[in-house]
Amino acid sequence: MIVTENLYFRYADEKDENCFALKNVNIKIKDGEFVVIIGHNGSGKSTLSKLLNGIYYPTQGKIFIDQLDTSDESLIWEIRKRAGMVFQNPDNQLVATIVEEDVAFGPENMGLSSAEIRLRVDEALDSVSMGDFKRKPPHHLSGGQKQRVAIAGILAMKPKCIIFDEPTAMLDPSGRKEVMETIRYLNAHDRMTVVHITHFMDEAVHADRILVMDEGEIVLEGTPKEVFSQVDTLKSIGLDVPQVTLLSYELKKIGFDLSGENLTVEELVEELCQLK
Amino acid sequence: MSIKITDLSHIYDRNTPNETVAIDQINLTIESGQFVGLIGHTGSGKSTLIQHLNGLLKPSEGEIVVSGYNITEGLDQTHSKKRSQRKKEARARKKKLIEVRRRVGLVFQYPEYQLFEETVEKDVAFGPLNLGLSDADAIERVKEALSLVGMDYNDYKDRSPFDLSGGQKRRVAIAGVLAMKPEVLILDEPTAGLDPKGRDEILGQIKHLHEKEGMTVIIVSHSMEDMAKISERLIVMNRGRIVLDGHPKEVFKHIDRLEEIGLAVPQISYLARALVEKGFDIDPTILTVEEATQCLAQKLNRKTKSGELC
Repeated sequence: MIVTENLYFRYADEKDENCFALKNVNIKIKDGEFVVIIGHNGSGKSTLSKLLNGIYYPTQGKIFIDQLDTSDESLIWEIRKRAGMVFQNPDNQLVATIVEEDVAFGPENMGLSSAEIRLRVDEALDSVSMGDFKRKPPHHLSGGQKQRVAIAGILAMKPKCIIFDEPTAMLDPSGRKEVMETIRYLNAHDRMTVVHITHFMDEAVHADRILVMDEGEIVLEGTPKEVFSQVDTLKSIGLDVPQVTLLSYELKKIGFDLSGENLTVEELVEELCQLK
Repeated sequence: MSIKITDLSHIYDRNTPNETVAIDQINLTIESGQFVGLIGHTGSGKSTLIQHLNGLLKPSEGEIVVSGYNITEGLDQTHSKKRSQRKKEARARKKKLIEVRRRVGLVFQYPEYQLFEETVEKDVAFGPLNLGLSDADAIERVKEALSLVGMDYNDYKDRSPFDLSGGQKRRVAIAGVLAMKPEVLILDEPTAGLDPKGRDEILGQIKHLHEKEGMTVIIVSHSMEDMAKISERLIVMNRGRIVLDGHPKEVFKHIDRLEEIGLAVPQISYLARALVEKGFDIDPTILTVEEATQCLAQKLNRKTKSGELC
């Protein structure tokens, strides 16, 4: 679904020729995969996501979305149709005064018939469980609901992949939960390819694969268990692990017979019960 | 500096079809030097409440007294007939608000978007200069404020705030408020959008400020983990009212109640509850990884030695 080959990127206002925001990034994301990208502020995560969506073009190397080359400007609308993007601030993404009009914005721009638009809007809102809010003004919704409407707006364009750039950073705990459940549902139920960028380590535990970025490079890659067992490496690049994983790791360090890589409360409870 | 809030209510769009009660009869006393966490789901009234504390919003009812100084008095527009009288009152209101904001500093969410000057020095000096300080005094304040947020004055003073990283920008913005030497510092989600390291740094510095300067601190946050780690008192809001108020250990005991109002508890609290349900004899109020490590190490070691089951 997404392939990058020897990707390098330098911002246009960067004077130093050797200062790249992204260096030699080679990733392959399969159809239907759920990939989480973590990294500290300024590590290149958001830059990468903007390249995947054709907002920026590679300085060197290539990116293919569904075999389409993002540096070919004539393909840009086709690429954005296939790889939609959801950003951090829900208030910056909603444009219309009524929820369903907002969701219809994308398909309208695609020049679809009004019957088709109606169908897609309804389907999209149902997928994010916001069907009951069709005729509400977006500013009456909570943060989590607004973010789900933003997701519906992308779904209405029938993409194959959605890139989420910190979609939960501004939400309260229940809003985060709603959005994460929606993302997981889309991935599991509709086989949507998901690229999810986040600073919340506990949102990464359900991913198929985690990519860790530092200084514009991918420095670690693997399943959540593989990645989060590298507690010291992650800490050294300004990251963290979920609290239960840290606890499991700390207990293992002082001699407990634990795997040290539990990702959820249930897993750790089970292992601790074995010790009892 | 203590804060005393009495019967505070705030109603948006009063006497219109959109009338909304954002704050509903709140009574609250915050003692001088306390470190308070304020949590609640979006729309629970947290931001409305803190905006009252430095005079950005005027209460519909009730009053707020900050260290003996009533900040809600005399804010009303009067409708004097005489123009000279109205002018005089406007001046008095302005003076009053400057006094309020000198005492209570408010750092908004994503404060880095409010940086606007050419250099870090000018940006941080903006507040003190507005308070009427001389250039030399303002520079002193800038030096102090930057060092409080862990930034070296000489390294950063001439840099453009826009060339800094996200965490650095945020620290400059916080320094801009600290430079006014408030007695109470209020921060609205100071760590939103920061990576774990940036988050720990900012919180560490706020904690340090609190300890060193004895500043009263109120932090609004959506991170239950952070609140468990640093606050001494946790206030929970729902629908414009205070529903829980106490030490984090006390507050986070109410897992079901918190979930019901759209909140959560730290992951370690969930773990503690699950372990207690499985028959582990551990303190159900543990909140942090350190506490849990200690507690479990003690319990399980003792068990292995004596060979007993729990």
